[in-house]
Amino acid sequence: MIKAILIFNNHGKPRLSKFYEHYNEDTEQQIIRETFHLVSKRDENVCNFLEGGLLIGGSDYKLIYRHYATLYFVFCVDSSESELGILDLIQVFVETLDKCFENVCELDLIFHVDKVHHILAEMVMGGMVLETNMNEIITQVDAQNKMEKSETFIFQSTRQDR
Amino acid sequence: MPAVSKGDGMRGLAVFISDIRNCKSKEAEVKRINKELANIRSKFKGDKALDGYSKKKYVCKLLFIFLLGHDIDFGHMEAVNLLSSNKYTEKQIGYLFISVLVNSNSELIRLINNAIKNDLASRNPTFMNLALHCIANVGSREMAEAFASDIPRILVAGDTMDSVKQSAALCLLRLNRTSPDLVPMGEWTARVVHLLNDQHLGVVTAATSLITTLAQKSPDDFKTSVSLAVARLSRIVTSASIDLQDYTYYFVAAPWLSVKLLRLLQCYPPPEDASLRSRLTECLETILNKAQEPPKSKKVQHSNAKNAVLFEAIALIIHHDSEPNLLVRACNQLGQFLQHRETNLRYLALESMCTLASSEFSHEAVKTHIETVISALKTERDVSVRQRAVDLLYAMCDRSNSKQIVAEMLSYLETADYSIREEIVLKVAILAEKYAVDYTWYVDTILNLIRIAGDYVSEEVWYRVIQIVINRDDVQGYAAKTVFEALQAPACHENLVKVGGYILGEFGNLIAGDPRSSPLVQFNLLHSKFHLCSVPTRALLLSAYIKFINLFPEVKGTIQDVLRSDSQLRNADVELQQRAVEYLRLSCIASTDILATVLEEMPPFPERESSILAKLKKKKGSSKLPDMDDSRKNVNGNTEFVCKNNGVIYENQLLQIGLKSEYRQNLGRMYVFYGNKTSTQFQSFSTSVSTALQLNVQEKPVDPLIEAGAQVQQILNIECVSDFSDTPVLNIQFRYGGTLQNIAVKLPVMLNKFFQPTEMMSQDFFQRWKQLGAPQQEVQKIFKAKNQMDTDVTKAKLLGFGVALLDGVDPNPANFVGAGIIHTKTTQVGCLLRLEPNAQAQMYRLTLRTSKESVSQRLCELLSEQF
Repeated sequence: MIKAILIFNNHGKPRLSKFYEHYNEDTEQQIIRETFHLVSKRDENVCNFLEGGLLIGGSDYKLIYRHYATLYFVFCVDSSESELGILDLIQVFVETLDKCFENVCELDLIFHVDKVHHILAEMVMGGMVLETNMNEIITQVDAQNKMEKSETFIFQSTRQDR
Repeated sequence: MPAVSKGDGMRGLAVFISDIRNCKSKEAEVKRINKELANIRSKFKGDKALDGYSKKKYVCKLLFIFLLGHDIDFGHMEAVNLLSSNKYTEKQIGYLFISVLVNSNSELIRLINNAIKNDLASRNPTFMNLALHCIANVGSREMAEAFASDIPRILVAGDTMDSVKQSAALCLLRLNRTSPDLVPMGEWTARVVHLLNDQHLGVVTAATSLITTLAQKSPDDFKTSVSLAVARLSRIVTSASIDLQDYTYYFVAAPWLSVKLLRLLQCYPPPEDASLRSRLTECLETILNKAQEPPKSKKVQHSNAKNAVLFEAIALIIHHDSEPNLLVRACNQLGQFLQHRETNLRYLALESMCTLASSEFSHEAVKTHIETVISALKTERDVSVRQRAVDLLYAMCDRSNSKQIVAEMLSYLETADYSIREEIVLKVAILAEKYAVDYTWYVDTILNLIRIAGDYVSEEVWYRVIQIVINRDDVQGYAAKTVFEALQAPACHENLVKVGGYILGEFGNLIAGDPRSSPLVQFNLLHSKFHLCSVPTRALLLSAYIKFINLFPEVKGTIQDVLRSDSQLRNADVELQQRAVEYLRLSCIASTDILATVLEEMPPFPERESSILAKLKKKKGSSKLPDMDDSRKNVNGNTEFVCKNNGVIYENQLLQIGLKSEYRQNLGRMYVFYGNKTSTQFQSFSTSVSTALQLNVQEKPVDPLIEAGAQVQQILNIECVSDFSDTPVLNIQFRYGGTLQNIAVKLPVMLNKFFQPTEMMSQDFFQRWKQLGAPQQEVQKIFKAKNQMDTDVTKAKLLGFGVALLDGVDPNPANFVGAGIIHTKTTQVGCLLRLEPNAQAQMYRLTLRTSKESVSQRLCELLSEQF
């Protein structure tokens, strides 16, 4: 099972955090910091797996991560998941984001946190992998967008937005 | 066209985020956030009803603030209101807020559940999916109570859309994890299994995850899934890569599903049905074969996906542990990966090999990679990988390679990362103990550990070395000599001082004969460390000093002076002061007899599970370490007790038996200690001894109850009527948690126990030697040395055997000559013996002459097994 999915940048600023097990807000922030600390001190081209920090459950859990330019994508999983499989899943996630945002960059994640959550929800649900087929995921996201557009169009023009 | 167009977001949200990003300091950021929170709060509380769009915008802002690490304590109600909106976007953002910021407020949960119920009943697949996602992500007990019975229905209903089925399967899985008691099993289980045949691979993947979890809990209910899973797997593995279209990932057919299916199969033993079994074997072989084919793409994603399946197939092969052929192939494949340039693969290969090492079919094959693993330990740049290498070395260690592995781990320890040092120390300590054939090696190893990584040597480790030295008299002299030498170093770790103090206090007399380590030298050496140590170590040293007073009366004065000094008698520390006062007083008033009784050598420690192993287990959680108990319980064969009287004679998971015995002429008394290693009481505990006629053994009654963790003692009185060769057997019976346990242990009562040593002059010896010259009186045996030929050890063994050693009798000083009398009730038998070691040939010649043929025979048998 996937326990948490975290995205943060090279300075440890969280860009997405999704916990599939309940922690209080403080602990969640500490986990993000601890994870950043563990992952960021590792060299490039070492392996993509390491044992989890103490807060997330120690050596019974693994952190599987990938580093893309300015962002770290970290999945915290238990022993029932295939390490390489999760590594592929991160790749699918990133490729999907890339298709949805056209050359995704850190700013996209900042300004469209809700969208990133919706895309992730099409792939992972309650800590289990829901869908791995990128075309299927994108079809779903497209469908969402169509619905959204048809709804937002009605009140967009006149509004003074603050 | 991109699926998310960047322009049409919410402008207010974008402005707010930009503001935050432009903040120059943390304070400014907090200020801006507080301002926004106040704004949103007033909007929510305001009289004007907010429209859906505004609510959505504010909820999004709250989400962003939450992500930055600020508490959000309001807005839940607005989010719940969004759930009941008919607009998809508003509903979606409401659900997102609930999933990210769950709140166990019961009033709110009721409202949320109500909204979910409506959406589940809506028959709108998008809404149903949102609702199912929310249940799965929150997974609370209240939700399980409300929906656990509805979801199986949605899952197996014929008209449910594929995407909803997928969500329903995972939702059910989540509820089963969090509240298994609320998920009813029933007629739907069979239909869930048939989802493995579904057309839609996404549905199959989700269903496989669900079935795997359910099958772990109730394997019988899902047995039928095995054949379906094998069939599905076989179709995927043999398919051309284009058959599965969208589910082909970088030229690998449905890797995710394959992995899940292989996991599911790991819930079950190998299929019994022959054709099914061969079909599965074929699949596994195909997967192994594909690993040897040239890659279809240079992309790392291709090899990742392919190897994810391969590693899972290997995991299944290891789990089945029944096809030697596949196991060896798996091992060879992993061996290739050990040298692969991808760090990830090396890491995973080391990890898988750890489990492979525990299979009897592949243990040997794993061992062939020892050099590669050792070089990984030395050269890998990544600490995660090095750690796996340590784990694997630990797993592949056995008697044949233990010395090499322990030596490599010790040398790695000098440079190891701080984060894993303690674990390595524990592992080395365990391996050294487990595979110690000769305990001098064990002592050396532990002292090295203290030297190299003293700070990481926990109390358990140095306690253990002391327990072992005390329980094994064959190593005591060596231990004393070694710690004495180690303490010579100008700077030594405090742990070494502790071990040294304890061991010299107990066994310093064994090396006191050498003027270089005379009692005074020993004392001065220990005392030179005294002032550098912490209070607990000083307390231990004070105890060592009082033991010295008993061992070596000649240093009594010196030690009393030390105890009498102000720095001891008036020490600010209560414990030290009290020890100094009491020890000084004891040494002044007690007679040597009383001193000798009070300060007697420590009795053997009751054997428990090695506390080090317990510590490692605790550190690693549930780990796949080799079990110590199995190899330990048979270590103490009775031959070991020929030359010693104390120690542990039996041990299993439940019970541990130690004994202490003393003999005088033809009588003996044996104290047997029964230790309950479990956390449950032993009931109806009883014992009986069966013995030959030549021995009388009288048992004192033993308490029928042994409490958890407790130890009880039983006394056996032994009388030797005439010479004998069969050892008595101790039969033990007790109830442990309802089952009756029967244990039979040979008691180490041998003829030589009734020896009385006899000193005699050289000419007496030769006179008696000649008198016992009849051919049947002499028994001679020539045999190969089983242990290292060490004069001191041999001496100690002969003394332990019970004879007096006669110096200056044999013209060759390398030979040993001894004499003694065997006492039995009916008669006394005089014995002479001669042992001639031949170091070059690694052989011994043992000659025994006694007045009785059967005694000569038996003594020769017993003694020749000792070298």
